[in-house]
Amino acid sequence: MSESVDTQVAGNGFEPMIVAFFCNWCTYMAADLAGTSRMKYAPNVRVIRVMCSGRVDPQFVLDAMAQGADGVLLGGCHPGDCHYQEGNYKALRRYRLLKRLLTDLGIDEERIRLEWISAAEADRLRDVVNEMTEQIRSLGPANLQVPQEQFVKPVPISLEVSV
Amino acid sequence: MSDKPKVAFYWCASCGGCEEAIVDLAEQLLDVAAAVEIVFWPVAVDGKRSDIEAMEDGEILATFINGAIRTTEQEEMVHLLRQKSQVLLAFGSCAHLGGIPGLANQFDRETILETVFDSTPSTVNPEKVRPQLEFTENGHSVDLPGFYETVRTLDQVTEVDYIVPGCAPTPNIIGGAVGALLSGDDLPPAGTVLAPDTALCDECGRKETKPEVVAISEWKRPHEVLIDEDLCLLAQGLVCLGPATRAGCGSLCIGANMPCSGCFGPTSRVRDYGGKALGAIASLVDSDDEAEIDKILAGIPDPVGTFYRYSLPASRLRRAPMERPLEVAAPKGE
Repeated sequence: MSESVDTQVAGNGFEPMIVAFFCNWCTYMAADLAGTSRMKYAPNVRVIRVMCSGRVDPQFVLDAMAQGADGVLLGGCHPGDCHYQEGNYKALRRYRLLKRLLTDLGIDEERIRLEWISAAEADRLRDVVNEMTEQIRSLGPANLQVPQEQFVKPVPISLEVSV
Repeated sequence: MSDKPKVAFYWCASCGGCEEAIVDLAEQLLDVAAAVEIVFWPVAVDGKRSDIEAMEDGEILATFINGAIRTTEQEEMVHLLRQKSQVLLAFGSCAHLGGIPGLANQFDRETILETVFDSTPSTVNPEKVRPQLEFTENGHSVDLPGFYETVRTLDQVTEVDYIVPGCAPTPNIIGGAVGALLSGDDLPPAGTVLAPDTALCDECGRKETKPEVVAISEWKRPHEVLIDEDLCLLAQGLVCLGPATRAGCGSLCIGANMPCSGCFGPTSRVRDYGGKALGAIASLVDSDDEAEIDKILAGIPDPVGTFYRYSLPASRLRRAPMERPLEVAAPKGE
């Protein structure tokens, strides 16, 4: 996307919509802590609490994007800390392949992000959300809606043939 | 005119394999042909669009449409046949999910036309001739169908009653569908896929050899290994999409020692086949380290072509974003 389009979009007041799937045991707790600590961060994230980052089916990410999310943020426990032993590792494996699938389709890889944020790291949560919001703001809207096509008939070309 | 129920077949963006599949019914085809009157089947029977136009609405009992929808002509024919038919069936993966032609949704129209008419090594087209919608010569004009940016599934264009899955549908599935239609009783609710609603692993002959925990440290492609004929293909490190794919095919590919590529599509509880299949396969990677995970996953060189082989137009995203063409779509000047 060109510079001019980005500035234009920013000028038009583009606010990124980020859907976040946060693990109940760590990242969601960090968001809770950020709230009770009265931290301020970008309001662009819509948080969905899941029991584990391993619960995040790649379908959820694709669905969020199809419904208009400009980015998707996944938050899980640090490696070794998963409440269910290895849910976050499964999330990592799926995330690495899903990211390649999205990039191959032509979607900017910054639009999907996986972060390990523990229940104590409210400041890290704030920084990640702020950083991702700014990144996506500069990328502009995801524009994943499939255009409703009206077939435009071009001007018919007539060929003069001399017999 | 006979009073036998009328049946029509039509093809859209497809390879012709679905027509073969009907012929593959072999002797069963004679029973079908005796029970119905085939009023329209461009590949096998003489008939014109005007014959269909002249019919009453709902005069045809059932129309089987194979192929995805790419052009204006396909769209018009589908609407016409929908109007004249009591039951409309999506026949085969392309009509059901978009199929192989649906992989073109990774690109936009201009990229496709440019590749086909200009840039392939075997193309000689110095005048840059492109298909036109209309052409007039000596006062006579002919027209060609318009080519849409996006390939669509049949149910994204019109109302579909039933789906016969498969690339191509297998004789047992077709036989079951035709039998159900002709008997007319106990028809399932509209929109039903006429195949079992369980995963392929459920009916797979190698099910017993699938280990409790499948952990893969190297994904292999079928041409790279000698495949054991009895062992679970997933356990051998092959990307077999059986866990995410609907059963009913009789595990034909697995019987031929090839992994499932997912042509029957998802079960009814899955909204995005590729996402689900990707989730199932990626979780099996036997590593917790990011760099090593990437190395193992590099054994799957084309995730879109692997997991959306038959279903990109039916996926949640349906196509690659239009605004930002892929690298191969970049104009030559850059």
